[in-house]
Amino acid sequence: MQALAPTPQQVAPAGRTLDVDNLTVRYGAAVAVDGVALGIEPGEVVALLGPSGCGKTTLLRVIAGFVRQAGGRVLVDGTAIDHLPANQRNVGIVFQNYALFPHMTVAENVAYGLRARGQRGPSVDQRVERMLEMVQLGAFRARLPRQLSGGQQQRVALARALAVEPSILLLDEPFAALDRNLRLDMQIEVKRLQRQLGLTTILVTHDQDEAMSVADRIAVMNRGKVEQFDTPVAIYDRPKTLFVNGFIGTTNLLPGKIAAVVGDTAMVELGAGATLRLPAPQGIAAGSPVVLSVRPEQLVLSPIATTDSWAIEPGLSLPLGSQLIHEARTVDGAALKIVEPRRHTPTEVPRRFCALATDARPSLFPRSTPTATE
Amino acid sequence: MTSAVVTAEIYGERRSLRLAEWQLALPLALAFAALFLAPLLLLVATSFFNDDKITEPGFASWAKFFGDPFNYKVIADTLLLGLKTVCATVIVGYPLALVYMDLSPRLQKVLLFIIIMPMLLSVVVRTFAWIVVLGREGVVNQALLGLGVISEPLRLLQTELGLVISLTQIEMPLMLLPLISVMSRLDPNLRDASAALGASRWRTLFTVIVPLSAPGLVAGCLLVFASSTTAFISQTVIGGVRLIYLPLVIWQQSLVVYHWPLAAVASLSLVVSVLTVIAALSYLGRRSSRHLQG
Ligand SMILES: Nc1ncnc2c1ncn2[C@@H]1O[C@H](COP(=O)(O)OP(=O)(O)OP(=O)(O)O)[C@@H](O)[C@H]1O
Ligand SMILES: [Mg+2]
Repeated sequence: MQALAPTPQQVAPAGRTLDVDNLTVRYGAAVAVDGVALGIEPGEVVALLGPSGCGKTTLLRVIAGFVRQAGGRVLVDGTAIDHLPANQRNVGIVFQNYALFPHMTVAENVAYGLRARGQRGPSVDQRVERMLEMVQLGAFRARLPRQLSGGQQQRVALARALAVEPSILLLDEPFAALDRNLRLDMQIEVKRLQRQLGLTTILVTHDQDEAMSVADRIAVMNRGKVEQFDTPVAIYDRPKTLFVNGFIGTTNLLPGKIAAVVGDTAMVELGAGATLRLPAPQGIAAGSPVVLSVRPEQLVLSPIATTDSWAIEPGLSLPLGSQLIHEARTVDGAALKIVEPRRHTPTEVPRRFCALATDARPSLFPRSTPTATE
Repeated sequence: MTSAVVTAEIYGERRSLRLAEWQLALPLALAFAALFLAPLLLLVATSFFNDDKITEPGFASWAKFFGDPFNYKVIADTLLLGLKTVCATVIVGYPLALVYMDLSPRLQKVLLFIIIMPMLLSVVVRTFAWIVVLGREGVVNQALLGLGVISEPLRLLQTELGLVISLTQIEMPLMLLPLISVMSRLDPNLRDASAALGASRWRTLFTVIVPLSAPGLVAGCLLVFASSTTAFISQTVIGGVRLIYLPLVIWQQSLVVYHWPLAAVASLSLVVSVLTVIAALSYLGRRSSRHLQG
């Protein structure tokens, strides 16, 4: 109980592992979560990222015990918790709409879980005070939830969830309702608390920047499946599927086909008019249609043609902070975005050719139909 | 009307809107005054006459009505009948509302239809149906006799028990509709949040759901109380002549004895005593739920 005192120098208590094993959830005939497997380390923050309706909330609800799965298991520290009702799982959850009890004061909300565990007397008050101090809401203890701003309500919800020392923390889009500045503050705050308490945490979000900055690892979901579960850098640089590639960051897609495969090098013939030598992805054969994905900052413009470059039709150039964003179009009609650092003197010579930067890490994906490029 | 428009032009659009809205309520206000306020005043006036011919003003009718201890018992019985019916509808209706919240939308529609259906039938029909159910040869007695639970048919008709049973069914929609409308506005996450914090189902029910659904519960209680204390047809048809409530007294005085001043006194007693209980109930309700509206 005393171990939770929020002193920064304290060693974080060991968190729990959380394993989701081949989890499937059905609503009637529809499959909301489809064979999801995640292994989460103690004290790790995992972001669930994905489009609306892909099953993120449903996954959290199964872990919390509100929804029964059709198949698969949830394990905490290696022990299955599927048979436990929600009130015996010790999983803290912060809902997207906070779900504070509207008829209870801030202090009563935070004390709710302690009281439900049969705790009484001054120890409850002390703990409530400590939690409210931690989220800097000590002065608001007697207010009702509707007398608080969105950010304050969110902090009460967090304090309420943490007061009972959960072994797992689930956050369902906790920052969605906040404005940009407050969101940054709260992200830092949550990260700090989570570190301090060594809490294994799942954070659901729509916002890829949030996932990138807060999470140790990101699980990108699509239609109930986890498409990739990896570190933010790996997801950005080495997306496993076209979906992940398109969902994280902006990217350029260039259709083409494999001209030849020599060892582990593939010759890729772009529709835009160049042939590139790239590392061959597994199981790709000569002649198969592919799409090349490359980030805007990994393309360069040049006034002269080389063997590795292709012709473009330059479009608008827009300054964005310290960067310049160029729009362009290839001869086969693909739209390109190229980002480069802003130079002091704008180049006079028109640059009508585009190539991969020397440190570019493009990805190759198979293309099912020759036309499905964008 | 013209002056309103002129004022509107002077004071701008907001003002004209408010005047127009106020005027829209006028027909209803007039109808209310003509059909409700005027008869009520007439009733009050009538009660201050001494004789059944309404010729001699005085307080004799009031003195006569409240000089008879029997009438105090009738008032008490009437209010008690209301309270018993309220208790029974809460005991049956609240769990039913909880069940309703857990059903799928399709089953909710079915249950809602079943709840509202009694309102589509005339009270007379419903009351006579209860006579068939509660009678000596009725469904209840036949079933209990058949099961061997009882050896003699129970007397349910012309008893308060039978009356409360049938009023519970007859007034149930008035309890359930406000209850369901308040409950379905509750955030379903609150229940989950409570469970995730370690609370049992009962704890969640009594610390979260009941306090938050109190406004609907209070509204339901008020409607059931007002309706069951004044349910003349059910009271007389099922309760019979041996159970006497205020509506029966009013009926006897006005349409059998033709002593309208006495009937007026009895009516006003009914109105005042029912309103007093309702005021008390809604005061308690407002106190218990002031955190929700305040
Ligand atoms: N109670 C329910 N009954 C039937 N279908 C449901 C229910 N809850 C969710 N679904 C369906 O399951 C799928 C996944 O829903 P879920 O709420 O998990 O999505 P999500 O990823 O959290 O989306 P969002 O980002 O919009 O919150 C959706 O297609 C949704 O329509
Ligand atoms: Mg969701």
